Amino acid sequence: MSDTHAQSVAFVRETEIPPAPPPEAQSGAVRWMQQNLFSSVFNSILTVISFTFIAWLVINVYPWFANGIWQADSIRECRELLDGKTGACFAVLTERWNQLLFGFSYPVEGYWRPTTAFVLLLVSIAPVLARGRLPNAMFILTAIYPFLAYWLIWGGTIMTPVVALVGFVVGYMAYSRLVTRSFAMGAFGGTAAAIVTWYLGGFLVDAMPNFLALAEVPSRSMGGFMLNLILGTVCVSLSIPLGILLALGRQSNMPIVKGICVVFIEFIRGVPLITLLFVANVVLAYFLPPGTTFDLILRVIIMITMFSAAYIAEVVRGGLAALPRGQYEAADSLGLDYPQAMRLIILPQALKISIPGIVNVAVGLFKDTVLVSVISMFDTVGMIRGPIQQSTNWLGIYWELFGFAALLFFIVCYSISQYSQWLERQLQTDHR
Amino acid sequence: MTENTAMQVSEEVAIEIRNMNKWYGTFHVLRDIDLTVQRGERIVICGPSGSGKSTLIRCINALEEHQKGSIVVDGTVLSSDLKNIDKIRSEVGMCFQHFNLFPHLTILENCTLAPIWVRKTPKREAEETAMHFLEKVKIPDQANKYPGQLSGGQQQRVAIARSLCMRPRIMLFDEPTSALDPEMIKEVLDTMIELAEEGMTMLCVTHEMGFARQVANRVIFMDAGQIVEQNEPEEFFNNPQSDRTKLFLSQILGH
Repeated sequence: MSDTHAQSVAFVRETEIPPAPPPEAQSGAVRWMQQNLFSSVFNSILTVISFTFIAWLVINVYPWFANGIWQADSIRECRELLDGKTGACFAVLTERWNQLLFGFSYPVEGYWRPTTAFVLLLVSIAPVLARGRLPNAMFILTAIYPFLAYWLIWGGTIMTPVVALVGFVVGYMAYSRLVTRSFAMGAFGGTAAAIVTWYLGGFLVDAMPNFLALAEVPSRSMGGFMLNLILGTVCVSLSIPLGILLALGRQSNMPIVKGICVVFIEFIRGVPLITLLFVANVVLAYFLPPGTTFDLILRVIIMITMFSAAYIAEVVRGGLAALPRGQYEAADSLGLDYPQAMRLIILPQALKISIPGIVNVAVGLFKDTVLVSVISMFDTVGMIRGPIQQSTNWLGIYWELFGFAALLFFIVCYSISQYSQWLERQLQTDHR
Repeated sequence: MTENTAMQVSEEVAIEIRNMNKWYGTFHVLRDIDLTVQRGERIVICGPSGSGKSTLIRCINALEEHQKGSIVVDGTVLSSDLKNIDKIRSEVGMCFQHFNLFPHLTILENCTLAPIWVRKTPKREAEETAMHFLEKVKIPDQANKYPGQLSGGQQQRVAIARSLCMRPRIMLFDEPTSALDPEMIKEVLDTMIELAEEGMTMLCVTHEMGFARQVANRVIFMDAGQIVEQNEPEEFFNNPQSDRTKLFLSQILGH
């Protein structure tokens, strides 16, 4: 190697290159269209076809909306008003509005009760959904909401939900007192204390049936979109914790616990929901002692909860499996015990991974609540197919009713999915 | 240095392993391990991959279960009794090859979690302790960041601080520098050296022979699940006895 050559290769930087801003992005509507809509011949053809299709759709559907009749007493009156033009008969929605929302046998003077319950639902889930951004005191409302909502919707004396709530509180106090000795003792002691409280409280409820009582509404009278919301909210909020427990049980080292969880999950996942609902409606009555009245809504809630808990358990299991073993080992090596490691380290991460799956199950569950119309409960779809479409006034009307039902469900499900995406962004800490 | 460090070793026994054996299925990973560690001793364990060195130190805090023989840590017998295991784990700190920080918690929360939940330390006190140790590993300014925002070397130093917050009497290191870029190895080793100079009992699985020469008072060479040779570092490196050790040293020091 010659010296001259070595000199031409050697290099030492003497001045630093100052950081410069990136080149300005090229923008503008024309440029955007060129890039995204007409970048090639094939792309341009697709764009033209798509726009033609959309325009055709709008031109044909628009008059249907625009000519819509909002005030009429029957489909015949609608047709007379339309006088041969294309047009929707939205009058069915205005005339049957209350039936679509509350069913046909909920007492009219009591409509304010489920409405209040719905508004309170939004207020009480707010602190759960926006963790840390709202005052913690709001969780008190969240804790008492289930009991309050039961009283508002079903009525009866306020003592019933109060006794139920007190039973939970007493049970929890007994649990936290005894759990220091052993977990089993805490669990048994807490359950026993709660049951005793409920038993004693039963006399109290019987003794004062008119204390702050609202008119009682039987479960058979629940209907319309309210029934879908009741089933959806209760089942989602019960099946997520149950699903997490099942997933942990399936990972357990204890063979009996693991076996029970595996059999439960696999059995429930292998059976169609509609079968379970028929079981709830008809078959369960054969197994119960004659004369027992076991609320139909409660039976349906149990079945739907078990069904979606099995699915959520599998979603959460996926999240647990996705965590590196090192996380378990690090938690162990710091001396955390099993409940601490799960609650503080493993579940926060596993659930974060599972959010899309859990939301998928929750949205599916909410939509599946319309299946109760098959066992002759009058939820939104039950109301449409039963009392409304079968009435002489509205015989033969489809699009407006089912379109409205679809819109209701879409609003709720789309909100859930938007919320979950927001939550995922909130929980993102890896900044990749 | 050697005189100084020799003085810190006391006669008190920190870890006593007798005739310990472990199998993965039918594969015999650890065979008749006998090892006594005095308080204040710094031991480096080296050996080819698959020789069982990680498994050995993971047995000491029961991340792996041994099937035969006995392990006594700080006077507590390691058995399947869960109470003993949790007691030993809270006395023995551990650092992993891949750091295993908790990615959903900030650096400070990583450090205060175990003191708050296991030791029941009040939150403020735990945070003060955490900041003390974060200063010691020279990253107090990162306390409110998440592990994903830190470099590998910084993460490993946080992992060391996290262990120290439990005020352990023994520290285990499982290849703490193997997953790091060369530039970052030194900052982690410096932290470990500082720890050693304070008299911490340390068991360290590592291939950093410079570190072994500088701080260890015993080097253990393992192969095929057995302790093949152990000696003071000078003797071990300059005058290895077994052929297997000579071959290993020639391979890792050869270039």
